[in-house]
Amino acid sequence: MSRYRPRTLALELVMAAAALVVAFPVYILVNLAVRAPSDTSSPIRPTTSPTFDNFSQAWRQGALGGALANSLLVTTVSVVVVLAVSALAAYPLARITTRWSRATYLLIMLGLVLPFQLASLPLYHTMRDLQLLGSPWALILFHCGLQVPFTVFLYTGFLRAMPRDFEDAARIDGCTPLQGFRHVVLPMLRPITVTALVLNTVAVWNDFFTPLLYLSGSAQQTMPVAIAGFVGQYVTDWNLIFAALVISIVPVLAVYLALQRSIINGFAGGLRG
Amino acid sequence: MMIAPTDQPGKPVVPVPVSARAPVRRSRTASTGWFLLPAMLLFVFVVLVPSARGVYYAFTDWDGLDPDFSFVGLDNFTDLTRDDDAVQAIWHTLLIALAITVIQNLIGLLLALGVNSAIKSRNLLRVFLFAPAVITQIVTAYLWRNLLGPDGAVNGLLGGVGLESWQQNWLGDPDTALWSVVGVTVWQYAGYSMVIFLAGLQSVPAEIHEAAAIDGAGPVRRFWSVTRPLLTPALTINLMLSSIGGLKLFDQVYALTGGGPGHATDTLSTLIYKDAFTLGEFGYSIALAVVLTLVVAVVSTGQYFMLARNEKAAS
Repeated sequence: MSRYRPRTLALELVMAAAALVVAFPVYILVNLAVRAPSDTSSPIRPTTSPTFDNFSQAWRQGALGGALANSLLVTTVSVVVVLAVSALAAYPLARITTRWSRATYLLIMLGLVLPFQLASLPLYHTMRDLQLLGSPWALILFHCGLQVPFTVFLYTGFLRAMPRDFEDAARIDGCTPLQGFRHVVLPMLRPITVTALVLNTVAVWNDFFTPLLYLSGSAQQTMPVAIAGFVGQYVTDWNLIFAALVISIVPVLAVYLALQRSIINGFAGGLRG
Repeated sequence: MMIAPTDQPGKPVVPVPVSARAPVRRSRTASTGWFLLPAMLLFVFVVLVPSARGVYYAFTDWDGLDPDFSFVGLDNFTDLTRDDDAVQAIWHTLLIALAITVIQNLIGLLLALGVNSAIKSRNLLRVFLFAPAVITQIVTAYLWRNLLGPDGAVNGLLGGVGLESWQQNWLGDPDTALWSVVGVTVWQYAGYSMVIFLAGLQSVPAEIHEAAAIDGAGPVRRFWSVTRPLLTPALTINLMLSSIGGLKLFDQVYALTGGGPGHATDTLSTLIYKDAFTLGEFGYSIALAVVLTLVVAVVSTGQYFMLARNEKAAS
């Protein structure tokens, strides 16, 4: 592991080839996004006179600004609510050892197995009756409930492995349970909160099926639905489509590169749970 | 009143009433029961009640609109067994999930072994190879729909290296469309599997490896006898994630092929969507969702028990 041998160099080259497989589609994506539609040379050939017209056109015609704002709203509110209610719920589930507590935990874990397709169709009609269809709040409500089982699972596992001495000390010092939770337990949940934050953000931001159902036919869209609509509209205008794809990827990639260490650790974090 | 047991038979038994001890223990936590309330309300409203209603609708002929509908027993399910499209979709779902699980984990493991070595680019590669996993699935799929098209870059690349005979209409040919869906999903998530395997590999202490090397074990032997058993938790999580993800796959199919050509790549998820929202066969669609639920439940519990036994055997 520690020394650099000829075999290490060979491995380095093999891994570089693997990286090329990942890089190639991204190269084509950018290459065609900066190409004028009149240029019909092979997609592999580097674009000779790059243009940024596709981006401004895609941004305007796809109404991507509104979609971006909606995605930000839905993701932020859903993730904050899910983290808050799940951390709160995990506390009694991890600390109370009665039969009721265990039964409740198992009931919530049932949600990990139920595919969302089963719930999202009947819920579609409930949302319609509540006149929430076409509103980002339908999505927020949906994600707040759908992400609860997984997030409770992460928090409960973490809490069970955490000593309760500090909470006991806080209680003896006269904290109410809620004060003890807020000032003592919550700060200690920081590592698992980063994991839960990352996983929930990616899941909510990228979700396509639910907004496709709940927002269809309305002017409100999230980024994935706006992209799908855009592709449907400009079927073969790939330079324009690719510009739209690049626009939708940039915010995600920027956040990823800025926080890559905690994001990668967050994804691997399930291993400790 | 119950008497608490004592394990010291030699000493005089002092009965301690349980009710006198229990309140001390309860008071520290019982008042936190209401902490569950907000999460439970959301969970019950969004997941539990709609899922239960879904199971009920699966036994009706509801079209999703008409308030008058009737209970039809198992009709939707017997229709399903006679519906070639549905039976095909079940096979596609299973085949896609199995192929993704095997290929993605194999590649993910090899990549993890690669970046867990002494190569100079290991940190850069880790960040780079994982990047596709954070991109929206639908975006990746649209990108690949172009790349795999008749005039796309994949065919262009094959032509460029003299493999014209390999060129084809990847998504338009029923024989290659399903594998294209698998390939695109693996391209996106192999780095995800890699990161989880890597976390497992890094939990293997270097001293054990050195000791095994000193004892004369080659790299293959060391992987099989030292690394592999310690990798089981990472493998468990990876297999669960990729198989359940593969069974529920929707976005990639929707964007790459729309279930086509014909029904060649339809999965349970795409049929559920089509039947409910373009054909208005709501009861039938939800019966398909119930089948999907059963498949996911069987596969995940089966894996859970199999892997739990392995984990026990390995430790």
